Amino acid sequence: MSSYSVTEPSGRQKLFAGTLVILYALITILPLLWIIGTSFKSPSDAIAYPPKTFFSPTLEGYVNLFTTRTRATEEDVKALGEPTTWYDRIVRKDGFIIAGPSRFMERFSNSIVIGFGSTVLCIVLGTAAAYAFSRFKVPLKDDLLFFILSTRMMPPIAVAIPIFLMFRSLGLNDTHLGMILLYTAVNLSLAVWLLKGFIDEIPIEYEEAALIDGYTRFQAFYKVVLPQAMTGIASTAIFCLIFAWNEYAFAVLLTSGTAQTAPPFIPTIIGVGGQDWPAVAAGATLFLVPVMIFTIVLRKHLLRGITFGAVRK
Amino acid sequence: MADVVLENVTKKFGNHTALDNVSLTIPDGSFVVLLGPTGAGKTTTLRMVSGLDRPDSGNIYFGGRSVEGHTPAQRNVAMVFQQYSLYPHLTVRQNLEFPLKSPLLKTPREAIDRKVNAIAEVLQISHKLDNKATALSGGEMQRVSIGRALVRTPQIYLMDEPLSSLDAKLRADLRIELKNIQAKSGATLLYVTHDQIEAMTMATHIGVLHEGRLVQFGSPREVYEHPVSIYAATKLGQPRINIIPADTFPGAPSRAVHIGLRPEHITQGSGQDALVRRVEHLGDQTRLHLSFRKNDLITVTDAHTRLKSGDTVKIQPDKPLYFDAAGMRLA
Repeated sequence: MSSYSVTEPSGRQKLFAGTLVILYALITILPLLWIIGTSFKSPSDAIAYPPKTFFSPTLEGYVNLFTTRTRATEEDVKALGEPTTWYDRIVRKDGFIIAGPSRFMERFSNSIVIGFGSTVLCIVLGTAAAYAFSRFKVPLKDDLLFFILSTRMMPPIAVAIPIFLMFRSLGLNDTHLGMILLYTAVNLSLAVWLLKGFIDEIPIEYEEAALIDGYTRFQAFYKVVLPQAMTGIASTAIFCLIFAWNEYAFAVLLTSGTAQTAPPFIPTIIGVGGQDWPAVAAGATLFLVPVMIFTIVLRKHLLRGITFGAVRK
Repeated sequence: MADVVLENVTKKFGNHTALDNVSLTIPDGSFVVLLGPTGAGKTTTLRMVSGLDRPDSGNIYFGGRSVEGHTPAQRNVAMVFQQYSLYPHLTVRQNLEFPLKSPLLKTPREAIDRKVNAIAEVLQISHKLDNKATALSGGEMQRVSIGRALVRTPQIYLMDEPLSSLDAKLRADLRIELKNIQAKSGATLLYVTHDQIEAMTMATHIGVLHEGRLVQFGSPREVYEHPVSIYAATKLGQPRINIIPADTFPGAPSRAVHIGLRPEHITQGSGQDALVRRVEHLGDQTRLHLSFRKNDLITVTDAHTRLKSGDTVKIQPDKPLYFDAAGMRLA
């Protein structure tokens, strides 16, 4: 007798489903693995044809990413004496010497400040607005919600010129604050709508219970609603961060010196001394890291289910 | 603790009148039970007193002072919701501590522990204190929900069918426990239930609500023996009161249209013949379903009766209640 269940999938079904998932995962992750692989190739390996799947790894790409280099004659190199560090050695092998650090770190930290800054601002404003829309009688609520969403009915770049002019007259061009405000404005409609959906699902009985238990409305919001909305907040935050992190067009248009983020910077690496694909790949790889860490940290909140079951419907 | 008074309280939800000019005095230390079917306004009354909802007109007084515009925290009320809304992100212990830690009470740590442990003992949930609130059965959740109210000593406890999802034994235990706690502490309770045993055993006063109006308010005995209307009479009594046409038995006053007969107010052995249609042995008593002049009657008889369906039995009314065409009682 084999056990038969309607709800439990059979072994063969599980195998089939598992194979599909693994296949899909491989297809999605392949470009990523290729980029990471390329970042450890030498420039010649990177453009080799047919492409090299196996190669001897080098950190040249990363060194080139973080430094600016100049070509030097053999005498000049000799005059400097023995290379003192591992990265000196890598650079001199090709007849270069390190002239100084590149601007990558600066651009990278701009990305962090602007990306996370706008995400935090967006979540704070979005949660407050979503809570109000969910719980209070707001005049013209539906129209307001539609209006908020309508800001996403065209590509943001369509309003690039007005924004450029506004930023210029407000002195926000090429400032961190300007970029944070811009990305927050673009993301806020999405955040309000997503978060409202999550807060709508939290029964109002919890807040009423907290009010009865001697708390104010704000304390009830903070102690009871917020922890239960963490799933929604975490996923919304990830969406907001990914948009702000990857945004390219506005970053090109509105930043140049002080507030430039990494996306417009990385392509400029190509131009320095031939097409340095490993350095570009290294930049792209490092650029992935913060979003990945952020997503992994918030992953446990993404698991649904903690909010179910304690209110009898 | 204090007297809680509702004065001409009216509440409308859209076109629906949930409470219609209700005046009610809940004396200090009393156990007031509200009876009525779904939609009669029982829960709305609790929410008015709690401060979660505001009356459209009328006033509510705690100890003689109006609480108009006061939040639930300012009123210092405890409430057990019909939906036992435990905080799902907290453990059972944290749920019970929650009201004690509020800015309202700010209870010191050792007092919190003492109170939480004591109440967990009473409610038989000590072994579940460190479980997540969501990992409990329905009955356990409801006990925690009751516990969250009982850890406090508020002005008034408001309970909305708190025992409804418990099994029979636990319900009986907690009924006695609640009554004990109330009798010992002198707490004031406003309690909503459908269960007439709860109403009869725990209440010092019963309020009968009908479509948002308070139709009768008095002691359980008073409401049971002297209901003001057929409606009030049917709210208490198990099996229900028999309502039959007034001319079924002689002696009805002239304006009477209905006779109300409690099952125990039908005496057997003398009078007129009735046909036994069904016999239900309940162990401690036996219910007889009778057919008498085309009317169905239910009465009770001793546990070891030899009557069976098809037999005839002589019956006559004892202490009948008379009601007029509108269902109001005739004195």
